Amino acid sequence: MKFPKIKRVTKEQKVEKQLNITKEVRKIEQRFEFLRIGLALIIALSVVLFIIALVSDDPLFAIREMLLGPFSSLRRMGNVIEAAIPITFTGLAITMVFKTHRFNLAADSAFYLGAMVTLMVGMYSPLPPYATIVIGLIAGFIAGGIVGFIPALINFKFGANELVVSLMLNYIVSFYVKYLLNYVVRDPYSASLQSYPMQEGINLGNLVSGTRIHYGLILMVIVVIVAFIVLYKTKWGYALRMTGLNEKFSKYSGIKVAGVVMLAQAIGTGIAGFGGAVEMMGLYTRFRWLESPGYGWDGVIIATLARGNPAAVPFAALFLAYIRTGADILNRTTNIPAEIISLVQAIIITLIAAQAFLSKQKQKQIVKTSTVVEQAGGQ
Amino acid sequence: MELLEIFANPSFWFGVLRATTPILFAAMAALIASRAGITNLAIEGIMSFGALFAVIGSWLTQNAWIGLMTSIIVGIILALFLAYFHLKMKADEIMVAIAINLLATGGTIFILFMLTGDKSTSAALNSVVLPTISIPIIRSIPFLGQVLSGHNVLVYIAFIMVFVMHYLLFKTPLGLRIRSVGGNEHAAESVGVFVHKTKYIGLALSGMLAGFAGAYMSLGYMTVFTRGMVAGRGFIALAAANVGGRAPIGSMFSSMLFGFFDSLGNNLQRFSIPNEFIYMIPYIATIVMFAYFSHRRMTEKKRVNKKLAKGQISEEELA
Repeated sequence: MKFPKIKRVTKEQKVEKQLNITKEVRKIEQRFEFLRIGLALIIALSVVLFIIALVSDDPLFAIREMLLGPFSSLRRMGNVIEAAIPITFTGLAITMVFKTHRFNLAADSAFYLGAMVTLMVGMYSPLPPYATIVIGLIAGFIAGGIVGFIPALINFKFGANELVVSLMLNYIVSFYVKYLLNYVVRDPYSASLQSYPMQEGINLGNLVSGTRIHYGLILMVIVVIVAFIVLYKTKWGYALRMTGLNEKFSKYSGIKVAGVVMLAQAIGTGIAGFGGAVEMMGLYTRFRWLESPGYGWDGVIIATLARGNPAAVPFAALFLAYIRTGADILNRTTNIPAEIISLVQAIIITLIAAQAFLSKQKQKQIVKTSTVVEQAGGQ
Repeated sequence: MELLEIFANPSFWFGVLRATTPILFAAMAALIASRAGITNLAIEGIMSFGALFAVIGSWLTQNAWIGLMTSIIVGIILALFLAYFHLKMKADEIMVAIAINLLATGGTIFILFMLTGDKSTSAALNSVVLPTISIPIIRSIPFLGQVLSGHNVLVYIAFIMVFVMHYLLFKTPLGLRIRSVGGNEHAAESVGVFVHKTKYIGLALSGMLAGFAGAYMSLGYMTVFTRGMVAGRGFIALAAANVGGRAPIGSMFSSMLFGFFDSLGNNLQRFSIPNEFIYMIPYIATIVMFAYFSHRRMTEKKRVNKKLAKGQISEEELA
């Protein structure tokens, strides 16, 4: 083994070298982050395709339907985008909540309740449509915020873990929404179980003709941008991120941790309620969900895929919506139930959550590169 | 008054034991994992898979005991999957558990549909149910006999299991090791305990118990698998284990409390309260009890800390 010759190095050179290495390492880390996510998606898809090939009578047709089906017509592409809207909101909700490092999963029932509250505003509001729409959106947000605040408050007051409380709360709120549907807003003259319609004109309006894409898409983009700014450009967002990283340290350095954590859970879950409001007024006139659509859980997947970055949330949501639309097409055209995508979801979450996945390769690459940079800088 | 009538009816108390059983198994699954230092949020999903595979095993072999074994094996495999990804692949245990639970909601329906062409129930598979046991002598005692006798065999196994688990956790070397890796794994490692191996064993036991809970759902509590039949019992069990101080005997009492509210809900359906509010009862009871006991533990800790602080001051004064 040959040792490199020792040379006199000035302080500036040393600092510069160190900076170079840090830069390179960060680049590698970013590249591996992408690689990990990409590989997780590929593995998840291949496992599902493998299972389709096993159970299908005509595997090639089934696989083509699933992968290319969503692109086969304008309407289907519209389906992908319209399916991405609600789960972007819940994805943002979970992203915000997880920043506190607390597992508050109330977003699921918050979405459900948000849609119901908006429906009721739309049914009973005496105001003109535009005002009603605005009030409906605010009401959805507040309803969701309250649902998200309850576990946070119980944790603060009694020390009970948010995770368990929020899971129980999801059942309670869902039953409450079902009660409202059955006893308060149900249209008794309709053959199927559904609510009365909202008043005339309470609709977000169609954005792209030929599809069902509505102005909720614009609202979605705005909320994504606002969430990004709040998280990364404001003092409060900084306090929130620091609290999530190290609660004790943040407390010590003067951040009012309890307030930040509780507010973040309320606002975060409020976004899910807002999503419920947008979905209700964007796509429907009547309330038809007999069960919570489970978008809160999709939110967990999306937040995981987006690695906590609000700007990445819509793209993660688009991917999930694409897979789901493909599975729905598969469900309609073949004998394979759409539930197969739960496998995709499970694999994606597991592999991305697994920090050791590809970490050895990453470590090797970092060591190799930094040695090269160090030697190059030294000469 | 009518409420008193319910309590005077032995079938209500019979229902309490019946409703306690799945939560009791699951609470023990939760507490043993928690003692080993891992929060097993996947119990919910494992129960779901267990319930389905119990039916499949029982249907294929026409033997309910093999159905139970299938459920247990599936439970152990899933729990080990969780353990592997948490311990070896360094994933957050909550995220892996969420993945397992999501897989369970979709996966069970997928498998069910592939087997029966039905997405909601396994009624088409004529599976055999585990036997009920009528206890001699006890069954002839009035009232008590009607409460205690005639249950599904798993109900009795659940209560026996409480004491087995108590013995295992507190009287055997393995139990000591499990508690030590959950308490302070570095300390445990320093005295020669194989930390990972012990955690794997703890999780496998947890998966086994969750398998029992799942099998009871479809081969005892009900006679078929239906979509969403676990209905949050795995989550309730996490609260029950915490309320019971993460000890088998404590969890037995807390699970019975949850069973009580579950059964109460079932019996209140004859009143003219909307069903939705009755269904809420066990979940509300869970939050209330969980908050109450967490609060008690929190204040107790504060009191002890205060005393310690006071003690320190007096010590300094003495010196």
